[in-house]
Amino acid sequence: MSAILSVRDLTVRFGGVTAVDGVGFAVEAGTLLGLIGPNGAGKTTVMRAITGIVSPGEGTVELAGRRITGLPTHARVRLGLGLSQQLVRPFRGMTLIENVAFAAGHALTRGALGAFAAVGRSKQRARARELLELVGIAGRAEERPDAVPLGVLKRMEVARALALDPKVLLLDEPLAGLNSGEAATLADTVVALNARGLTIVLIEHNLSEVMRICGRLVVLDNGRVIGEGAPREVMADRRVRAAYLGAEVGDAAA
Amino acid sequence: MEALLGQYDVSLVRTAAIAVIMALSLNMITGFCGQISLGHAAFMGVGAYASVVLNIEGLGFVLATLAGMAIAGLFGLIVGLTSLRVRHDFLAITTMGVAFLFRGIVEQMPALKETDGFSGYPLPDYGIYGYMGVTLAAAALVLALSVYIRRSWMGFTFGSIADDEDTARIVGIDVARFKLAAFVLGTGLAGLAGSLYAHQTTIIQAENFGFIESITVLSMVVVGGVGSIVGVVVAAIVLSLLPLWFQFIGDYKLLFYGGLLFLMMRFAPDGLAGLIERALRALRERNAPRASAGAGQ
Repeated sequence: MSAILSVRDLTVRFGGVTAVDGVGFAVEAGTLLGLIGPNGAGKTTVMRAITGIVSPGEGTVELAGRRITGLPTHARVRLGLGLSQQLVRPFRGMTLIENVAFAAGHALTRGALGAFAAVGRSKQRARARELLELVGIAGRAEERPDAVPLGVLKRMEVARALALDPKVLLLDEPLAGLNSGEAATLADTVVALNARGLTIVLIEHNLSEVMRICGRLVVLDNGRVIGEGAPREVMADRRVRAAYLGAEVGDAAA
Repeated sequence: MEALLGQYDVSLVRTAAIAVIMALSLNMITGFCGQISLGHAAFMGVGAYASVVLNIEGLGFVLATLAGMAIAGLFGLIVGLTSLRVRHDFLAITTMGVAFLFRGIVEQMPALKETDGFSGYPLPDYGIYGYMGVTLAAAALVLALSVYIRRSWMGFTFGSIADDEDTARIVGIDVARFKLAAFVLGTGLAGLAGSLYAHQTTIIQAENFGFIESITVLSMVVVGGVGSIVGVVVAAIVLSLLPLWFQFIGDYKLLFYGGLLFLMMRFAPDGLAGLIERALRALRERNAPRASAGAGQ
């Protein structure tokens, strides 16, 4: 299988701070890849450079063989990136099902003329309901974002990203803020989506869930890739353990 | 007809109909798409001058009006392009600049200025009732278009941009393209209002389309309830007729409309439509326990 998403030599600087320093990795089609690392490692910045929310100083991002580095965010989404952000950003004036149905109508919202000519939302609402059922919040479909807890909004964002029919789903800490039961349920949903063939990149702090569900890990620390491979091997790596547990005794003594 | 509506009444209907078109046209930009504009009357002015000049050139009222709309929309596109990089307060300042720029340019053009304004253009010979009918029909069409857009996916997309444009990008929306569409539609319809306004009178002046008029239109949209079609129509009718009924409002226009704008923004940012909605909800909630008690018996 070939890489559906590849990141090469990605460098992002904010003023004098280098948040991401020459990061590169490839995501094979159909995999569930975990992008992990301690706080401030640069995970979210890598994600944002992939989606075009921040522009990298150097490096390239390719989606399905096409270079997307220079494209604006909406164009990358149209080429097949689905994104669920770390901080939830629902459309607050819409109900949950409308949030998802709007994304499900992505073919209609490509251009202004097509959107002008299109009326009727029942097909998209039906699709949205399926997706809300898939993430387990169909019961709250008609509620407004301000009336539901964070865990529901997190799942709504996953459903909204899925409604875009993405080639690659990028999930930035979908489990953060959920209790362990909710987290396990959503993690199982992610596994089920992956089992249907969807490629997923998961940024997550919840290591036990990551170890449980991801087929492959990329570990970042201080803006660099310090480990890559199968979860157990990666977590056994000395540098990875050091990054997570602090400097090793030997280093501290030196 | 004369028995029902005197000449003065006809002028009131015309004024209200044109105000409704203006307010609904700004509502597409500010209400549907969330982009504030403090210079909307300038596009009415572009439509007025363009249609009048083209009418003199022999295009006739209908074609001159359509061309005036297209030209106003083109100016809207240009202003929209320059406004794409700014949001909120900066967009307000940019569009306010448009209001002054329009007046400055018109008053510097000898061909348009003459002495006290621009006059001597042909008027359509529909008669006062016929012309009133034209303005009412135009207002009805713009109203129907507003209702349609609100229901279409264009309206859905405008709403998403007004709600949160960064999130709109995340779901694949080309925000710039839709903002421009809103600007072109809204300013083109302002051009329609401009032509209708110009052809009901015999003289137009740049100050008819100045900053005060822009604030007046914005206050109609805000008082009605940003985005609410019914609210905006009602507010446009009432606020356009008030200064004709009460002379003192006409004398203190900026104070009245500016003050109204401030009070609504401060105390009822969702306008009269929002106030009524909240009042109805409160009423329902008060009645609800009684209703359920009745059902239980």
